[in-house]
Amino acid sequence: MTIKEIQNEIIDEFSMFDDWMQRYEYIIELGKSLPLINEEYKTDENLIKGCQSKVWLHGEQKDDKIVFTADSDAILTKGIIAILIRAFSNQNAEDIINADTEFIDEIGLKEHLSATRANGLVSMIKNIKMYALAFNAKNNN
Amino acid sequence: MLDIQKIRAEFPILSQKVNGKPLVYFDNGATSQKPQIVIDAEVKYYQEINANIHRGVHTLSQLATDAYEISRGKVQQHINAKFAHEVLFTSGTTHGINLVTNGFASILKPGDEVIVSSLEHHSNIVPWQMLCEKTGATLKVIPMNEDGELIMEAFDALLSEKTKVVTVNHISNALGIINPIKYIIDKAHAVGAAVLIDGAQAVPHLKPNVQELDCDFYAFSGHKMCGPTGTGILYGKEAWLNKLPPYQGGGEMIKEVTFEKTTYADLPHKFEAGTPNIAGGIVLGTAIDYLNSVGFENIQQYENELLEYATKRLLEIEGLKIYGTGKNKASVVSFNIDGIHPYDIGSIIDKLGIAVRTGHHCAQPIMNFFCIPGTIRASFSFYNTKEEIDTMVEAVKKAKTMLS
Repeated sequence: MTIKEIQNEIIDEFSMFDDWMQRYEYIIELGKSLPLINEEYKTDENLIKGCQSKVWLHGEQKDDKIVFTADSDAILTKGIIAILIRAFSNQNAEDIINADTEFIDEIGLKEHLSATRANGLVSMIKNIKMYALAFNAKNNN
Repeated sequence: MLDIQKIRAEFPILSQKVNGKPLVYFDNGATSQKPQIVIDAEVKYYQEINANIHRGVHTLSQLATDAYEISRGKVQQHINAKFAHEVLFTSGTTHGINLVTNGFASILKPGDEVIVSSLEHHSNIVPWQMLCEKTGATLKVIPMNEDGELIMEAFDALLSEKTKVVTVNHISNALGIINPIKYIIDKAHAVGAAVLIDGAQAVPHLKPNVQELDCDFYAFSGHKMCGPTGTGILYGKEAWLNKLPPYQGGGEMIKEVTFEKTTYADLPHKFEAGTPNIAGGIVLGTAIDYLNSVGFENIQQYENELLEYATKRLLEIEGLKIYGTGKNKASVVSFNIDGIHPYDIGSIIDKLGIAVRTGHHCAQPIMNFFCIPGTIRASFSFYNTKEEIDTMVEAVKKAKTMLS
């Protein structure tokens, strides 16, 4: 599936919820089900320092795709990363670089993009794209 | 007795809905809400007397200057400073602290010592660290105990003839602990050290008496005491303010300028370069008048009731731990629930209309002491109610259920 197709699938899933509480409960579930990052990758280097919660993100190349794993000490953050990983992991670098992130808005998580929480979600997306840029540069050399 | 409903009606923002729920504003430690009288005063200034101060001979400039200086006088009276020129307008506590640390850069020498406390906000740590780096002085830290109280025996042991400055907050922003500043000031003076008190969290709850305290500097912000953002006060004893070099160069702070030499203006203008936040400075006076009309005795008595009630209700929640369990406290409750990240609780109760602060509260050393990433901090003002505390307790319970 393309990134866009996965994002649409996520939007469809979230459209079934009537209110924020159901959305948050789903995100919490996703957070609990997120496969954990390999302990060896929970390094300071992989730490996205947010104001509120810690996020570790690791990306590695498998064939022509990038595979992301991540973890956080806050469960809502973990759920949000699970969503991002579902959308961006196992995709090729070019597609990740070109993907938009409007689906975040559409699934009702816009407030997590605001400046005070920005360090979380915005930095996660930025870091995912940075990985893609780095792999792309490496492959084109 | 305060008529809380009448007071609440004076704060237009409190009748707002947030996320479809009535706002419960418990982030007063970050900034207070403003009564209509303060909002009106800001508008009135721009509608009627806006002009630059201390310069023009025209009528508006004189009116604005008078209003600004009357406000300075109100602050002087409020904190019981000896002279009005010991009251400097700043942009906030951080500005005031930096003004002092900048001045001490020409006073401190290698081997000198600066004592801070482990309860400080980053803004009363970092400027002193920068000062120590610049001068070669050493930073010493007063430790705290498990209740979040500073250990005075350890403080006594840190003091020596090397101690040049001691700085401590009046009330801890992260835990709400009220520090024994009178003791600290007297002990520091006994070894000849100057003392700066960070009063940012104290001024919404009490009226500091700087002459009685005998502190050398007392810094606070206007926005935490019903005043506008971008306002603040640095009180400094006349002798110290005369001794310290100016912080910023510019207009207003000079007596005479030639390319060979500039002589500085007298106090307080020496430290007030450039056009200040005139409206803000004037309206800070309005905010102080407002708080005094409510009465600090009333405020303290009522806020203590809120603190006791909130502490009791929150402790009903299983697994909830309060940080800062010392006896002498302002109306702040900092807590966590076992096994749950404060950010998760904060995000969910925000959806239920409750504004609290989550995180490290710019006091990472305290969080490191307790080995936690942060806390949820509910800080109460005299316009809050027990019903709102009930609403928060229910919201926290709900969040706990969702997250466990």
